[in-house]
Amino acid sequence: MQLHEIAAEFINDTKGSLWPAFAPELVLSATIMVMLLVRACRWGRFIPAAVMTLVGAGLALFVALPSWLPTGPDGGVASHELFTGMLVLDPFTVYLRIFLLVFVLLFTVFTVLSRNPERDDATDFYCLVLGSTIGMCLMASANHLLMVFVAIEMASVPSYALAGQMKHKRKSSEAALKYSIYGAGAAGVMLYGISLVAGVLNTAHLPTIALKLAETLPSMSGEQTMVLALGGLMIMVGLAFKLSAVPFHFWCPDVFEGASAEVNAFLSVASKAAALALLVRVAVGVSVPTGSEVATTAPAANQPAAISTASQTALVADEADLEPMASDQAAPLVPVRRFIGLLVGVIAAVTCTFGNLAAYAQTNIKRLMAYSTIAHAGYMMLAIPAAIEAVGVDAAVSQQAIAALALYVAIYLLMNLGAFAVIAFLRNSLGSEEIADYSGLIRRSPIITVAFALLLFSLVGLPPLAGFFGKFAIFAALANSWRVTGQNYLLWLLVIGGINTAISLFYYLRVVKIMTIDPERDGGPVPVAPVSFLAGTFVVVLTIPVMTLLLYIDTLNKWAQAAAQQLF
Amino acid sequence: MDSPILVLSLLIFVPAVVAAVLALFPKGTDDFCKFVTLATTMFVMGFAVLFVLMPFDIGQPAMQQVFNQPWIPSFDIEYFMGTDGISLPLVILTAFISLLSMIASWTIKTNVKAYCMLYLLLVTGMLGVFLALDFFLFYVFWEVMLLPMYFLIGIWGGPRKEYAAIKFFLFTLFGSVLMLIAILMLYFNSDLTQLTTQQLADSHVLTRNLQQKFDVPVAEATSAQLEGAKKDLFDEIESGKRSHYTFNILALQHMGQHTDLFSSQDILFPGWTVQHWAFLLLFIGFVIKVPSVPVHTWLPDAHVEAPTPISMILAGVLLKMGGYGIIRICYPICPHAGYDFATFVCALGVLSMVYGAFAALAQTDFKRMVAYSSVSHMGYVVLGLGVWSATAGTMFDSYSWNMGIKGAMFQMIGHGVSSAGMFFMVGVIYERVHHRNLNEFGGLYGRMPVYTALAMIIFFAGLGLPGLCGFIGEVFVVLSVWNFSHWMAIVSAGVVVLTAAYILWAIQRVYLGPEYKGPHGDEIRPINSRELSVAVTLVVFAIFLGVYPRAVLQYMDATIDAQVTSLSDWTKNVKTPELEGAEVDEEEVLAQSDEKSDEATGTQSISLLSVENNSQPDLGSPAGAPERSEASEPTAVIR
Repeated sequence: MQLHEIAAEFINDTKGSLWPAFAPELVLSATIMVMLLVRACRWGRFIPAAVMTLVGAGLALFVALPSWLPTGPDGGVASHELFTGMLVLDPFTVYLRIFLLVFVLLFTVFTVLSRNPERDDATDFYCLVLGSTIGMCLMASANHLLMVFVAIEMASVPSYALAGQMKHKRKSSEAALKYSIYGAGAAGVMLYGISLVAGVLNTAHLPTIALKLAETLPSMSGEQTMVLALGGLMIMVGLAFKLSAVPFHFWCPDVFEGASAEVNAFLSVASKAAALALLVRVAVGVSVPTGSEVATTAPAANQPAAISTASQTALVADEADLEPMASDQAAPLVPVRRFIGLLVGVIAAVTCTFGNLAAYAQTNIKRLMAYSTIAHAGYMMLAIPAAIEAVGVDAAVSQQAIAALALYVAIYLLMNLGAFAVIAFLRNSLGSEEIADYSGLIRRSPIITVAFALLLFSLVGLPPLAGFFGKFAIFAALANSWRVTGQNYLLWLLVIGGINTAISLFYYLRVVKIMTIDPERDGGPVPVAPVSFLAGTFVVVLTIPVMTLLLYIDTLNKWAQAAAQQLF
Repeated sequence: MDSPILVLSLLIFVPAVVAAVLALFPKGTDDFCKFVTLATTMFVMGFAVLFVLMPFDIGQPAMQQVFNQPWIPSFDIEYFMGTDGISLPLVILTAFISLLSMIASWTIKTNVKAYCMLYLLLVTGMLGVFLALDFFLFYVFWEVMLLPMYFLIGIWGGPRKEYAAIKFFLFTLFGSVLMLIAILMLYFNSDLTQLTTQQLADSHVLTRNLQQKFDVPVAEATSAQLEGAKKDLFDEIESGKRSHYTFNILALQHMGQHTDLFSSQDILFPGWTVQHWAFLLLFIGFVIKVPSVPVHTWLPDAHVEAPTPISMILAGVLLKMGGYGIIRICYPICPHAGYDFATFVCALGVLSMVYGAFAALAQTDFKRMVAYSSVSHMGYVVLGLGVWSATAGTMFDSYSWNMGIKGAMFQMIGHGVSSAGMFFMVGVIYERVHHRNLNEFGGLYGRMPVYTALAMIIFFAGLGLPGLCGFIGEVFVVLSVWNFSHWMAIVSAGVVVLTAAYILWAIQRVYLGPEYKGPHGDEIRPINSRELSVAVTLVVFAIFLGVYPRAVLQYMDATIDAQVTSLSDWTKNVKTPELEGAEVDEEEVLAQSDEKSDEATGTQSISLLSVENNSQPDLGSPAGAPERSEASEPTAVIR
């Protein structure tokens, strides 16, 4: 095959991938361009950036709906690879993308209500948010280790700038610097890990990695296995950084304290969700050799052998390798699964325990929420070992586990966005983010206080609030996976998760106690202004679904189940 | 009002709806809020009596007023409720105590609106726990009442209210997290396809299929219709429309007793199956609520700090949830574990009784003494429920066990009346003199004669005086224990002496004596009519239940008989053969060596017999022939 033919087919594949599969990302990119260009015009200043963001994100959400996408035989979105296998589009991508875009919409409304960023900074701020969101969408659909790296960087770099968004504040700049240094370090380690894995296996395409592992692992020398495990650990470092998992969580409290509550909401919801999606992609990708179900869209992929001969690092999986694998062929992957399951499981257990214990000593609400975010990342990660262990045993159990994760993420959006909205509105009202300054708040702003208390109890996981069902689903996934696989460590994870729920009550309840039971503090801050009616409404609008979601949770759960359907 | 879903939903959720409406009331309507709340609790009481108690069929052991609607089908969670002889008395008790406590709540002066809202939410949670038959739903209600309780203690409590409130919350949440793990273990080990048609129908799993296919309720369905519905259900499971897992408590009970779903797999230790762990986790969760020693420490703190009406609710209703959970969930679902742990459970009950009584004896705070008396009295409940006396030694006679469970149930009701009364009486005097130090009281008899008379009756009921409501339960439990363990019966009978000691001593220090010398003596005034209404009602019921216990027992008889019979049949048919089988396995090796000589002797005697009878020996086994010839030699000698 001639070079120009390869080039032509590559272009063909790219064209085929762009619409409708890649449309939301394109719309977001276009929005960023428009926002930047409009500023150059004289009349452009009169269009608020937030409005353009809302329109752009709304449009992106509209084209992200699954009704545009080709459907598979089971009625869900057909799973297929894009851009010669760099990305994968399946119901999970669709779910996560819709989730992220809904978040961006709510987030934009929230920033407008909290009057941060200021007008001059607004265009920069929203451009960074949208840019980061594109990166997160890519994280949710990454199918290749290179793409994993690119997506993480694309999501992270704008976040570094967002963390330093409050330019006049020293702490904010410090947060940005810490964040970017940690980020750069983690990215370097991760890239090295990717090069090790790609070097040993001659591929960085996730489904192909699974196939190669199944093929070569039994005959692999000890050194090669060691290098592979090391590579895996290093990739995990990069992911753990994004997840703020112990022991790569140090940046999280400092960044949360320095950055504004708005940016915290963005980092703790969108960024966590994307990082979890990426973790699912990597973990599932290398342990499930189901390449057969993935059909590439473009004709170029039908002659992958040519590309393989053209370059040694195969971008695209060999078609022959994508045949359905019998279960005995996947047997060599069992140690890989055990490795991933134990690794993620141990990190998750340590993360949620540490996060909950460390949160207790905090006096600043944003630091407390940072540790709470760390703990919740731990709970959500518990779904991964449950899913991975059950892969070869019962695919339905694995799907249920990932569905539980997707459900938790959706509920988490409501709870955490609501909590950070309250923190931001109270900052505007009280001028303080110290927990002690919230004392006696119930007598000044009862509605906000009750809403905040409910959101915090939902974060604990008390029924009938929505947060309970998220935890319940994760625990159910662990119990189910333990039952079908007989791996006792899953039961221990379940017990640790459960006990952590009881521990976490302590510090959330302390905040509630200070707001409701304690009397007003002498010498506390004088309220600058009451929380505005619209801001109150926004919080209530987020709290009502948290209170009532349990009544119609089935619908959400069905969506989550549909999202996880084709992963295994 | 013949639609169960309407009746039970109204009963449970009307208080919650009223609480939501109260939120919209403007400030300065405190008294109105109280009246609305009182009206709501009256409605709950009246509604419960009219539409749940009156239509209740006493002779029917099964669930009544049952309904079953899908709620979260993707997890097989149902909106499934009903009432039977175990839950009905507790539902009525809840409504009764809620009403009286609301009358006692008139002394609340701060944040009245918030108090009323939380109080009503608490009522919803309590009623829901007793009526829910879906394990998930049960868990949700179990937790729902935590939040209001935390605030009710934490905002309106005494000096150490925050400590007490968070301690209560943490203990209960810890227990309920363990319970959640157990629920998940049971759920994922359940399998509806293992149940027979009758069991599926009894546990109302088929209700919906019957409705869809034949449009008949379970009670009127023919066996062919039941089979058809079962086939539908199995088709649904087959096609993946629903899973074979279930949260249905009744179905789980059948699985525990009639299948080996929960006992097939050893976990961590040999012999510890799913149900052993589930029993243990659930039992810890329930026993924290009861509470038993050593997880009782939240109770004295919570009681002492809580305002009087909340103490009444806590002692009168919340503690009963633990006992209810044990009788409804632990034993029927995990009978193997219940049998194996019977001694442990009973010992815990006895320990609580003794420890609670001694601790009560040592208190100088009046309310703390009453709180420890609760620990002691609830020990009877654990003991009565734990007595598994239907064993091979007693010919599987479930008589005394039956008595123990009825005693425990009656004790729950009796203690609900007497302990709520005791807390109320303490509250009345605290209201006046603002202290509870037992050593600073005395001579109240002269200052408040009516109050003292009523208080004495209530305290005597707590003491277990014959003719009052505390007696029946205690006596039933103590009698039932004799068959199970002599020493436990002796100890538990001995506790009665301790109980008499601390109660009489308290009465002596508070009510008797020449005159009141403590602080705020001039504020002592006679009991007012509002207080009188609560006190007299409680006294009347304490006497009524003591004189005519059948009023309560008749409702529980059929259900408890059925449950105990079912479990003792299970002991006879499943557990005892299994235990004997295990013994045979162990002793087989030992028996092997003696076997030959035994056989030889046996054969010899048979041969002897047969020779004497002058007929052919009929051993019936081919192996008998050579042995017979061996044995013929001594026979010949004898001849």
